[in-house]
Amino acid sequence: MSINVTRRQFFKLGGAGLASSSLAMMGFAPEPAEASIRQFKLTHAKETRNTCTYCSVGCGILIYSKGDGSKNVEQNVFHIEGDPDHPVSRGSLCPKGAGLLDFVHSKGRLEYPQVREAGSSEWTRISWDEALNRIARHMKDDRDANFVQRTAQGETVNHWTTTGFLAASGSSNEAGYITHKVVRNLGMVAFDNQARV
Amino acid sequence: MNNSQNIIARSATTTTPPQVRSHVDEVAKLIDVSKCIGCKACQVACMEWNDLRDDVGECHGTYDNPTDLTANSWTVMRFSEHETQEGNLEWLIRKDGCMHCAEPGCLTACPAPGAIVQYANGIVDFNSEHCIGCGYCITGCPFDIPRISAKDQKSYKCTLCSDRVNAGMEPACVKTCPTNCIEFGTKEDMLARAEKRVGDLKALGFRDAGIYDPAGVGGTHVMYVLHHANDPNRYSGLPKDPRISPLVGAWKGATKPIMSAIIGITAFAGVIHYMTKGPKEEPEEQAEHGQDDVPPPHSLGYDATRPRGEDR
Repeated sequence: MSINVTRRQFFKLGGAGLASSSLAMMGFAPEPAEASIRQFKLTHAKETRNTCTYCSVGCGILIYSKGDGSKNVEQNVFHIEGDPDHPVSRGSLCPKGAGLLDFVHSKGRLEYPQVREAGSSEWTRISWDEALNRIARHMKDDRDANFVQRTAQGETVNHWTTTGFLAASGSSNEAGYITHKVVRNLGMVAFDNQARV
Repeated sequence: MNNSQNIIARSATTTTPPQVRSHVDEVAKLIDVSKCIGCKACQVACMEWNDLRDDVGECHGTYDNPTDLTANSWTVMRFSEHETQEGNLEWLIRKDGCMHCAEPGCLTACPAPGAIVQYANGIVDFNSEHCIGCGYCITGCPFDIPRISAKDQKSYKCTLCSDRVNAGMEPACVKTCPTNCIEFGTKEDMLARAEKRVGDLKALGFRDAGIYDPAGVGGTHVMYVLHHANDPNRYSGLPKDPRISPLVGAWKGATKPIMSAIIGITAFAGVIHYMTKGPKEEPEEQAEHGQDDVPPPHSLGYDATRPRGEDR
């Protein structure tokens, strides 16, 4: 059996098909509905354990970066979440920790030592060696000028009251012990750390 | 990712989706309002995971920030101050977001095929590619959750991190919660935990403590433990007995079949008219073409420049 379809009839048939598929768009007939689940974004990401920088609680974090570390790849952190194996936080993070990704990529993040000379309004970049030398120089000069060896009562003391020290919050017991020894040996009295949130 | 989950319901569709993988546990998120300190870690973790960033808002004199759900803020903490009859102040903080109803009003109301789907594990997910931005899901939602983005005119809401759950993980908000206020597991396990917690709260003196798993929407896959379950409205307007709007029922129940019938009858009348009266005849104009414009017949297969005559 053969059907003779003229060119015009063929187009009419096509038009009817188009009209019925337009009805489908209005919900009269189904179209294949795909599942909407987003592709899991951590598949094959490089996972690195670290400690949150914010406060002295020191929650464990997992840093996910793109690229597997091959030599031709520039790593880029794209997601951070809590480390479930960390004994302190067990996977949880406060709002600051949960937002660490934007902290890492912040335009205002300090990435290297800078100095603003007296009377200047500009910050200029200096090297780490230069920065450490300058700080040591300032400390030495200030301590030499203001060091208190004896009180008015004649007691021998180790007092350097004109400089204070603010230590890091996220340090281990060992790092904290060493920091304490160094600071107190120098005679510094004003000594604190950001051990609170 | 197609067919990675059983789809048990699909908006504006009557055919049955593939459903043979039936051995799926229903999941649930349990929010214990009595443990929430309002730190908003869940809000931040939600944005971070879902690659969203909302505009920096303004202070409205409350801790609510942003003050409402948006297309970029799929969950918000709502803070309400309630004075008890004894004159004490209660600061009630509720994490608001999609409740993932067992009978989702958004899905019922949605006219776009496949734009809203419900998986066998209970998650109600928006498939933005199919969304037409009509906003019926907002009308259909008893909790007023979905929001239309001004950027692409599509509707967005919490997915219960369907991508994470599908990969065997918990939602981002659950993982980050520092006070153990948000928990995740099978609905059965979460109900058991909730009951235990309600018992604890009652022992602490909260006589009206209870679980919020409203039957009006078939139960939800996001449940609350409330210290005052007798008055959910106290928690920034959580509805006591949420139901799908009767407007949605009217649209899906009666209006749509009637309108469909009218369209069908109109189409049928057109066919009858065509069969009895025939097509409308227009005098065909004979276009003239220079021979130069005509491509060689073998290159095109047919002569596209010639008018489509009846005799071809």
